[in-house]
Amino acid sequence: MTELLVVRPGALTTVQDRGRPGHAHLGVPRSGALDTAAYALANRLLGNPPDAAVLETTLDGVSLRAAALTVVVVTGAPCPVRISGRPVAWGAPVGLPAGAELEVGRAESGLRSYVAVRGGIAVAPVLGSRSTDLLSGLGPPVLSAGMTLPVGPAGPDPVPGADAYGLPAAPPELLLPLRPGPRADWFTGASLAGLWRSVFRVSPSSNRIGLRTEGGPALVRARAGELPSEGMVLGAVQVPPDGLPVVFLADHPVTGGYPVVGVVGPGPALDAAAQARPGTPVRFVRAR
Amino acid sequence: MRTLVVGSQALLIELDSADEVAALHAELLRRRDAGALGPVRDLVPAARTVLLDGVRDPAALGARIARWEVPPLTSGEGPLVTVPVRYDGPDLAEVARLWGVGPGEVPGIVGATLFRVAFCGFAPGFGYLTGLPERLHVPRRDTPRTAVPAGSLALAGEYAGVYPRSSPGGWQLIGSTDAVLWDPAREPAALFAPGVRVRFTEAGRD
Repeated sequence: MTELLVVRPGALTTVQDRGRPGHAHLGVPRSGALDTAAYALANRLLGNPPDAAVLETTLDGVSLRAAALTVVVVTGAPCPVRISGRPVAWGAPVGLPAGAELEVGRAESGLRSYVAVRGGIAVAPVLGSRSTDLLSGLGPPVLSAGMTLPVGPAGPDPVPGADAYGLPAAPPELLLPLRPGPRADWFTGASLAGLWRSVFRVSPSSNRIGLRTEGGPALVRARAGELPSEGMVLGAVQVPPDGLPVVFLADHPVTGGYPVVGVVGPGPALDAAAQARPGTPVRFVRAR
Repeated sequence: MRTLVVGSQALLIELDSADEVAALHAELLRRRDAGALGPVRDLVPAARTVLLDGVRDPAALGARIARWEVPPLTSGEGPLVTVPVRYDGPDLAEVARLWGVGPGEVPGIVGATLFRVAFCGFAPGFGYLTGLPERLHVPRRDTPRTAVPAGSLALAGEYAGVYPRSSPGGWQLIGSTDAVLWDPAREPAALFAPGVRVRFTEAGRD
């Protein structure tokens, strides 16, 4: 067991695992790593349990120093990785000697890199999860300089050998398969038909709560009035009064009062949404 | 009752009243506890709906639920929590005025009401409590406060609630309690979970 010292926290780096689903009825968001495939890969590459906690960076990486020798890996958004100033592999387990600094650099494409350490980040779990929930404030605080993070004991599984896979390329546009409902009938038929032909852009005000869109035609309400707050799911596409769709990500509120025009199913599309930079074109396609 | 499919893994059931929501929620809990509902990850009641998230075949489940005979809720159903309150809220006089009573009568009116946690939201452990008759519903404040102290007993519209932690809020504050509404290290973490019945007593007058 060891601990990590945060040398440079980066723009927004949080501890994330699989989150705390199952507590929505108490007003607790699910939270958890946004790019679920990159998160799972990071733990697999280190022989960690699939629910071990890792760090999720935002655009400009993080720098850490280990108190004792450990093994780390960086997945998700591709970025330069250095140990004691020397370039090391991205996407492959590398040894981090005691006292050496791991520098995870700015994402070359995508948004969020995942930094895993063998044994996992071992901060105290809250309701079964170590995830930082930026909406409700549950879980450990956002990383800050000088903070230390405990690392858990390495499990029985060995660090696997090479696990060859392609570097994820940033898609030129974000395609989101959308299943209409439950409140598609709150919008005019013409604006719904137009949704499938429209191109939006990822708004810079997007965050872990939701991917906001801009630049596309606003959806037009077919009815007046307010919707009483109702339960929201991951991937729900909520339409606030400005008519521009918001795709709910892991830190989304458990209830909401704006109509949901459709839902993007969990999996590759939401993983891609987690890596889509502001300005990326967004299109909604009919889910099969 | 109207059932709406939400994506590939969830079902939203829409009802006509808060009472129907409470009755269906209780029936869902009964069937889930009896192992007769099938896998459901989240069961989320709200104002006029219940969301079932993490289910296998939402359309088939919706068709099944639509055929249920759901008995109305009885006032004795659900765990009962008693919360001592000091009636020292800054909006106590305003609420009394809206109710057409003196401020000294508010504790008795609230104390005589059996509340029920209809649903949670806004913040972990923040329960929306129903039970006040319509003539006692009060509007939100015109200007929300930037910081409402933790433990504040507040009213807005058809709901009463207690702030689990300090947060901004626009509800009318009538009192305060030392009860810990939310503690993630405690089991249960939320004092006010959906379906719990709540009585407010006047602190120091037990």
